[in-house]
Amino acid sequence: MAKTLAEKVWDAHVVRKGDGEGANAQPDLLYIDLHLVHEVTSPQAFEGLRLAGRPLRRPDLTIATEDHNTPTLDIDKPIADLTSRTQIQTLRNNCQEFGVRLHSLGDAEQGIVHVVGPQLGLTQPGMTVVCGDSHTSTHGAFGALAMGIGTSEVEHVMATQTLSLKPFKTMAINVEGALRPGVSAKDIILAVIAKIGTGGGQGYVLEYRGSAIRALSMEARMTICNMSIEAGARAGLVAPDQTTYDYMYGRPHAPQGAEWDAAVEYWNTLRSEDDATFDVEVDLDADTLEPFVTWGTNPGQGVSLSAKVPSPEDFGDENAKAAAERALQYMGLEAGTPMKEIRVDTVFLGSCTNSRMEDLRAAADIVRGRTKDPNIRMLVVPGSARVRLEAEAEGLDKVFKDFGAEWRFAGCSMCLGMNPDQLEPGERCASTSNRNFEGRQGKGGRTHLVSPVVAAATAIRGTLSSPSDLDPAPESAAARSSAA
Amino acid sequence: MEKFSTHTGIGVPLRQSNVDTDQIIPAVYLKRITRTGFEDALFAAWRKDPAFILNQAPFNAGSVLVAGPDFGTGSSREHAVWALKDYGFKTVLSSRFADIFRGNSGKQGLLAAEVAQDDIELIWKVLENAPGTEVTVDLVSKTVMCGNVVAPFEIDDYTRWRLLEGLDDIGLTLQHEEDITAYEATRPAFKPKTLPARLS
Repeated sequence: MAKTLAEKVWDAHVVRKGDGEGANAQPDLLYIDLHLVHEVTSPQAFEGLRLAGRPLRRPDLTIATEDHNTPTLDIDKPIADLTSRTQIQTLRNNCQEFGVRLHSLGDAEQGIVHVVGPQLGLTQPGMTVVCGDSHTSTHGAFGALAMGIGTSEVEHVMATQTLSLKPFKTMAINVEGALRPGVSAKDIILAVIAKIGTGGGQGYVLEYRGSAIRALSMEARMTICNMSIEAGARAGLVAPDQTTYDYMYGRPHAPQGAEWDAAVEYWNTLRSEDDATFDVEVDLDADTLEPFVTWGTNPGQGVSLSAKVPSPEDFGDENAKAAAERALQYMGLEAGTPMKEIRVDTVFLGSCTNSRMEDLRAAADIVRGRTKDPNIRMLVVPGSARVRLEAEAEGLDKVFKDFGAEWRFAGCSMCLGMNPDQLEPGERCASTSNRNFEGRQGKGGRTHLVSPVVAAATAIRGTLSSPSDLDPAPESAAARSSAA
Repeated sequence: MEKFSTHTGIGVPLRQSNVDTDQIIPAVYLKRITRTGFEDALFAAWRKDPAFILNQAPFNAGSVLVAGPDFGTGSSREHAVWALKDYGFKTVLSSRFADIFRGNSGKQGLLAAEVAQDDIELIWKVLENAPGTEVTVDLVSKTVMCGNVVAPFEIDDYTRWRLLEGLDDIGLTLQHEEDITAYEATRPAFKPKTLPARLS
């Protein structure tokens, strides 16, 4: 039978087929090519190995970094929060004891685990990638089957380099057409989630397809795959193509010489067959897509930026109605308010969704030569120390600082507020991150998920805004091309 | 892992959909390096509200959580399961669970029982009309009972078997270590290794 991309990758990693058939089938045992580790979901797994006297089977397929609770200021000083400091120190001790490569705070390769893997060339097409973090789906942008797992599974992978996994269903997300200026990958995925819902992808691996996806850069594809989990999906992926190979070529851990050629030959087979069938297909029109923004407390509660805050009465389903009522109350919003009239306090540019070079460049292009709303606090947190260095080499740090934004060190930061970067109760944030859950960015904080350019435009106007709402800044485009 | 066959305890109606793992346990509690002691962290933000269900007797002594659809969405944090268990919950009923949460539950012996939303509504009514009513969740017959409501629930056969037997996953997999080693011998040379480190 003709296979989809996800099925091909799965089949290539089966160590042992599960016994039994149909409903009684046991899960398959799958080999894991790359295990990414960070400080928050690993200590109990390392402890489990230690208690059972088990070694970590493949340190050479494992890499760790510090990201979730690391500070983004004063990184040369001991971490002020003692519990955080202990957790970081525990990771360092564990990595030393079990022989795991670790990129610590201060290291040029430190950063958000999902930024670090691709940047080092460790994420490659056709691989299985796991991490004790739900946004592992990011790596699917390379045509890898990449899944977030819990700590018990982290320990399982450490001990066996495998996972017992149940078969998945397949869903094609077809995005055809061309995005309009000011519309980006973030808007595509927010629109997809609003369409299929936070549970719509449950049990599925999503494959993003169509001309709009093919036209996207690798970093944009990562933004889309990153948020597959917000639709409840097991994973999300994009078939590799020349864009993928161009991104990978020459990266430290990309294959070299004859191995590169062998790899490309294999990678070229990694696409869904023309006659393969998906269990479900969903279509999205890129031509008519507008910048998208969330109004509620789950990522499926989103609308076009030009729309109004919906009313609970707009929802037929009783649960959705109740959820909308609760969300509006938490968010402090009135139904019928135009989204663009919502005033925000903070703008966060960062997270594994939108903290790569292109994201920073896109936002910098908007703010260059313009003035920040004086009441807005803006944090710019590069995804990795390497991204920060590259951005500084291009002078982006200066653009953001001149604008009045804070230029921080790399990490997860305000996406989940485990470090001091948090919202105050009631504070409203336009955030390029991935979750608008109650309290996600700080207790009582109110989050609107947006793209980098919407974040930048919002920082200028003080209300949720798209770049097309801005007065022209004639010097900005010229300044960029003359600097380059 | 402890064996699970049947459990009876006070049911807690949580009339809410999309209970994400950030609500079950906020990120600030994830800095700990232990696997136990998370009972204070369960629903920490919501528990500050005196009207929250777990602040009401007899629900504070509940062990069967009856929640709305899409329970456990969001972050993969297994801490969510640890917090539910540490508080005293043995099982969660919902019409739909997020995949990672369901997987984590199965590893930790917390029964995530998928009950049709219509039946959840009936159970909610029983629990709200007679607080303290006990719910029995029988994994052998895959049935949940509460007052006069008797409803089937879904759970995949493999997880059910592991829960009934109390089996450790890693031990099971290591029985197939020869297969793993054999597979490793077939991996293409171009697959990346993290060691030795190559830097840019």
